[in-house]
Amino acid sequence: MAFGPYFLLASLEGLVTAAVLSLMALGLSLVFGVMRVVNVAHGEFYMLGAVVAWWVASLLGGHPAIGFLLALVISPLVVAAIAFVAERLVLSRLHYEPEATIVATIGLLYIIQQLALTFYGPEARPVQAPFNYRISLPWFGYSAYKLSVIGFSVLMMLATWLLLTRTKIGLIMRATQFDRETAQAFGIPVGRVYAGVFALGAALAAVAAVLIVPIQQAHYLMGLDPLLLSFIVVIIGGLGSLRGTVVAAVLIGLSDGIISMFFSPTLAKMLATLLVALVLVFRPQGLFGTAAR
Amino acid sequence: MKIQTNLAPSAKSLALHAGVVLLLLALNFLLPEYHRGIFARVLVLSVFAMGYNLAFGYTGLLSLGHAMFFAAGLYGAGLPIYHLGWNVWPAFGAGILAGGALALVVGFLALRTTGVAFMIVTLMFAQVFYLTTLYFTTYTRGEEGLVLPQAVRRLSLPDGPLDLSDPSTRYLVALSLFTVVLAAILFLVRAPYGRSLVAIRENEERMRMLGYDVFANKLAAVVLSGTFCAAAGAAYGVLFGYVGSGFASIQYSILPLLWVLVGGAATTLGPLIGTLFMFYVIDTASSYTTAHLLVVGLVLIGVILFFPKGIAGTVRERWLRWLP
Repeated sequence: MAFGPYFLLASLEGLVTAAVLSLMALGLSLVFGVMRVVNVAHGEFYMLGAVVAWWVASLLGGHPAIGFLLALVISPLVVAAIAFVAERLVLSRLHYEPEATIVATIGLLYIIQQLALTFYGPEARPVQAPFNYRISLPWFGYSAYKLSVIGFSVLMMLATWLLLTRTKIGLIMRATQFDRETAQAFGIPVGRVYAGVFALGAALAAVAAVLIVPIQQAHYLMGLDPLLLSFIVVIIGGLGSLRGTVVAAVLIGLSDGIISMFFSPTLAKMLATLLVALVLVFRPQGLFGTAAR
Repeated sequence: MKIQTNLAPSAKSLALHAGVVLLLLALNFLLPEYHRGIFARVLVLSVFAMGYNLAFGYTGLLSLGHAMFFAAGLYGAGLPIYHLGWNVWPAFGAGILAGGALALVVGFLALRTTGVAFMIVTLMFAQVFYLTTLYFTTYTRGEEGLVLPQAVRRLSLPDGPLDLSDPSTRYLVALSLFTVVLAAILFLVRAPYGRSLVAIRENEERMRMLGYDVFANKLAAVVLSGTFCAAAGAAYGVLFGYVGSGFASIQYSILPLLWVLVGGAATTLGPLIGTLFMFYVIDTASSYTTAHLLVVGLVLIGVILFFPKGIAGTVRERWLRWLP
């Protein structure tokens, strides 16, 4: 293959990564933005989303599309419910102290990971894509499913944006983020808002996982890499900035796709991580964030 | 934090620490073989935890990257022994230097951030270190690791070489390192420098206003902490003869946090208590179930919910106010 088509393929792969990554990072960013909680277990919610998707799809026979679509509905709901319970049982009792919540979500990470290993097992299992159509480009065929993942992610991002900016729920969330105590004084049930935001963040990770699971398989250790990547995206984009998150996800996804086609993936990850750490050191507000800490 | 005016360790606390060391010494001759092996490991790893405690407990720096300092010591000592045929003494020194130097660089960069950002930055630097050990797999053999042969694990002394793979020698060497670091920490936290670290943890702004160079103090704390962790890593490599990437992974950044939290942050004996406790909890759990990570997770959440001060911290709060 010539350089041009090769580059196009790398960019397409990168865009798929970016699409999934931006959904997941959006969840992380929402939780941090509203609750000031760094959710280290976010990657495990992603993994859980994939595992539940496999479980739903394998229970149902028939056309793969039925199982997939059902998984796309059920998996985020299940994961959101688990996150909701975890928030009420653990995080709310810690009064959202940053360090205590980090420790608690690390604990949550281990618990979810171990339960997945015990009940789901160490195997990697795929979910069939809802349709198996290949678009033939002049140089290579490309999976239409992967393109639809990009489209669906864009829709989900738009929906979240509308939810945040155009609805009462979004208004309440932004009010809580802006000033928790004043919000409470105005009768906003801050505790329930926090639980809802935590569940919403986990659900976004689960949606991302359901979308990726026909491409990558579900595995109990699949959460760590996306977690680190989401940290990177959220930081580069500026914490709590939706637009920044999307731009950073595209940036990271594309460069990840392109760099790993030309360099060893380990070296690519090394350089990217180091670069981002330095960005955070010298520009703590991120590339697009404006608010100082 | 209670204000303590006496800076030198009190007679009571000196006696307590000497008692603990003597008890550990006696255990070398009393413990059955299997438990002596566990204790030797715990002693080395609690040096790691004590180093972490200096940054996390006393200075209030929540780092999730201390595995890189431990691993720097491990590789700094292990690689020259394996590839260059160095003796244990210079290799041990190289391990400590490697960890200290790494801590200086990482601290210099990461301390420009605070709080959550500090945690994420240290996590990322540690991840870079971990990936580096995987990348240079020709020298490190990655996850599989290097096994140091028994023949090179000899500590040359004037009276003749000590075989570090012998269980009793190993235990005593581990105990010596533990004692040195424990004494250093005990002295350090009672010295004016240690008090200023606690003050920075409690109110950084006020310390700055009082004219302290907060950055320099924190940097020194990170370097000291990294050096202790590297000493633990170097000792682990030569005592147990295994050097692998697993020790640089994120899990080994979380474990010292767990040990310190369980034992009691900002207490001198907490790291030992926490490490010992968690080793036996996991050991006991492993005989019933393979799901020992579940235990780690539950203990983490349980401690942070119900015992935020840890074992030694609770003892200090309720009964022994003089406990350092």
